[in-house]
Amino acid sequence: MNDSTKKQRFQAAVMPHINSAFNLARWLTHGHADAEDIVQEAYLRAFKFFDGFHGEDGRVWLLCIVRNTFYTWYQQNKVQSQHTQFEEELHSSNEESDILDDANPERILIQKDSQRLLQQAMRELPIEFREVMVMRELEDLSYKQIAEIIQIPMGTVMSRLGRGRKQLAAILAVNNGGAK
Amino acid sequence: MNHEEALILLPAYVDKELSLSEAVNFERHLNSCDECQREYNEQIHVSALIKNNTKYFEATPQFTKRLEADLPADRTKATQQKSPNSFWNLNWVNTWGSGGVITASLLAIVWSTSLFLATPSAQDKLTEELVSSHVRALEVDHLSDVISTDQHTVKPWFNGKLDFSPPVIELASTGFPIEGGRIDYIDGRTIAVIVYRHNKHPINLYIWPSTNKDSDIQRTTRNGYNIVNWTGEGMNYWAISDLDTGKLQEFAKSVRLEVNSNQRS
Ligand SMILES: [Zn+2]
Repeated sequence: MNDSTKKQRFQAAVMPHINSAFNLARWLTHGHADAEDIVQEAYLRAFKFFDGFHGEDGRVWLLCIVRNTFYTWYQQNKVQSQHTQFEEELHSSNEESDILDDANPERILIQKDSQRLLQQAMRELPIEFREVMVMRELEDLSYKQIAEIIQIPMGTVMSRLGRGRKQLAAILAVNNGGAK
Repeated sequence: MNHEEALILLPAYVDKELSLSEAVNFERHLNSCDECQREYNEQIHVSALIKNNTKYFEATPQFTKRLEADLPADRTKATQQKSPNSFWNLNWVNTWGSGGVITASLLAIVWSTSLFLATPSAQDKLTEELVSSHVRALEVDHLSDVISTDQHTVKPWFNGKLDFSPPVIELASTGFPIEGGRIDYIDGRTIAVIVYRHNKHPINLYIWPSTNKDSDIQRTTRNGYNIVNWTGEGMNYWAISDLDTGKLQEFAKSVRLEVNSNQRS
């Protein structure tokens, strides 16, 4: 394959999914800069391995690489987890303003609190549940697609989604002080 | 459908992933079961909350632009060459077959005397399984059951846990210290996994007995991981890592060399 054709094919098949890649990385890392690092690394890898891509689902293919890149990074950065926690605290105040920017001004007052609680609950969710929730609810991927990205059976996708939602409901109940 | 079965399938019903007949069966139970109805309402509620009220983080336009500019320009061709003697390479078979150079029976002989007796799909499935195992181990942070930088601790640890004795090669002097070992269950059998590390990159080396002839080191990639494998002295070896392919090949050569020299001494 000619190199400029490769780049064109790559741009057509993989570039359009950059928001999906970033959203997943952002939910996995919790940090904007970290998510950009992961996505950048994932894209370089994706380009390098693009000869192995034969026109399957470009989003699934890319998200699989993003996720693998994340877990390698996660593994390497665990030693600094305390530092990361500190960073997360800093980020969470930014996150709130992110939400405010996006929301409809009249509804901010009502939504602000419940959205903040929900966002917080998602962050507290163990990572194996959080990733399937992001893929299902935010990316609207099918069980089959999720199974392919994570390389687990579809039955496991199903049970993780079920348990993830239950846990999220439990975290929300606690953080809400029992009020629903 | 009884209550236990319904509870298991409930998330798939919420996500509209059940087949029509399953969904009908499920609904029949749902209509008569309070607990499943509560569970269903909770799942639907949480699902809608996340869909509608959590943030979808988009990449900034500046970042996207930078990313596109950073893509390698024109020199990536050489990095991805296929190994010339990969027998499961379908193009290779097709080229011969369609040219009428060899008949089906000859082809069968080529296959059976090839370095790997596995069919392409079995080979593929094995690769898949090994990569999942590698990823799973990273995920749950469970690379090793026995953690030691000493081959004399790792080797005896396998005793009694396997029906073979995997060679545990010391490679710290060449930059690949041992980190530990574990046992995995892949392709229907127990397999020894020895965990090495190069800088911060873990390498999982999978070893299990083979009846195939010795083979050269083969390279492949899957889901962004580099993989090398070979057969030698009656064992299959597969190494998986996010290390670059050159470094991983160097690792494979070192292991192979040491195994051979141990065998002779
Ligand atoms: Zn029931």
